[in-house]
Amino acid sequence: MIRVEIERKLFGGTEVLRDIRFAVAPGEVVALLGPSGVGKSTLLRIVAGIDTDFEGRVERPRRLGMAFQEPILLPWRSAAENLTLTHPGLGTDGAEEALARVGMAGMGGHFPGQLSLGQQRRVALARAIAGAPEALILDEPFASLDAETGAGMVALTARLIAETRAPTLFVTHSAEEARTLGTRVLRLGGRPATITAEDGQG
Amino acid sequence: MIRALSLLALVLLWVVAATITADPLILPQPWALVGPFLRETASGTLPYHLAMTLTRVAWAFTLAMTLGVALGYVMGRFASVDRWLDPWLVVFLNLPALVLIVLCYLWIGLNETAAIAAVTLNKIPNVATILREGARALDPGYEAMARVFGMPAARRLRHVILPQLAPYVTAAARSGIAVIWKIVLVVEFLGRSNGVGFQIHLYFQLFDVGMVLIYSFSFIAVMLMVEWLMLQPLERHVRRWRAA
Repeated sequence: MIRVEIERKLFGGTEVLRDIRFAVAPGEVVALLGPSGVGKSTLLRIVAGIDTDFEGRVERPRRLGMAFQEPILLPWRSAAENLTLTHPGLGTDGAEEALARVGMAGMGGHFPGQLSLGQQRRVALARAIAGAPEALILDEPFASLDAETGAGMVALTARLIAETRAPTLFVTHSAEEARTLGTRVLRLGGRPATITAEDGQG
Repeated sequence: MIRALSLLALVLLWVVAATITADPLILPQPWALVGPFLRETASGTLPYHLAMTLTRVAWAFTLAMTLGVALGYVMGRFASVDRWLDPWLVVFLNLPALVLIVLCYLWIGLNETAAIAAVTLNKIPNVATILREGARALDPGYEAMARVFGMPAARRLRHVILPQLAPYVTAAARSGIAVIWKIVLVVEFLGRSNGVGFQIHLYFQLFDVGMVLIYSFSFIAVMLMVEWLMLQPLERHVRRWRAA
């Protein structure tokens, strides 16, 4: 369960977020939709606990899985080590298995620099989902991929989310991604940004 | 190849200069040094003094790197600490090595502690300045990732922070070792009774150019070995992921 009650978030005197309240229940996939620069990533960083400088309250489980806008893999460690360093309980075999689930079987020994952006995003997704997270946060994990790779990633992500059933919050600026993946869509807009619309999905 | 030729040209220049001088007391021919070098090595005097100097270099290097890396890291991460310590850094960076050496001998005494402290203090500001840049360049993205996935401090240091600092640490180490051994010789020259610097002092007073050259070249050779056999392989190991 993720529960968010943000009253205010200031960036150097400018109010960027105001009165944002929502919750994500287990099995639910909430898509945060909004134009670029509206504050989606800021909101996500607060939810993930990276940014603690705000007024309000966020409830989140202890074990989080997150995929960032950039893959943010440690370039000096192999793909498998990137998984085992963040999830020590996984072990080498578990890491290879997790990589196989995102279609990267046998590539654990590669350094991130040897992988394409699409492959790096797959590793980042594997890292987010490995270790049975109690909540998932995805920050535009399909950005800057070509249409075909992106579509493949969306399908893969949908399958993985369905398997874990963890409450999932994901950010996108594509209405199509939001509809495909999300069970519920929150629209972020205005200045300071707040939730302007909420559409449920059946 | 070009390196070898260039070094050979230097030796040739020496031979020409020695021939023109025609006075072995001022500049002996290179081959005239071989005999005394072998005698000095066989008697164990040269290895003994080399070992003494090398021990001091190792101590000062280890201390200066450890303290300098820690100081530079803290200054790079915390702007408030940096504001307080930066003026100190500027003062120590501009303090002549000789002043620190003399003061250490005067205050601590003519002993090993003073010698190593003097060299260490001379080098710390340099290492700290380089590492401060490294700490400032740390990527906040990795920090955020480590935090979200709850990586414990020790693992974060070893796998996230140190690899980012590695190029700065190796740069500080390589420039550090060259400066440190030169300062160690001065320290020995001024206030120790063994080591390469002490021997050079001795033969300086005896006006024995040959022995001064023998000790200098022996130590340069040792330090080149340290560079080729230890520092360069270490750097290659640290950088291997870039080449992959």
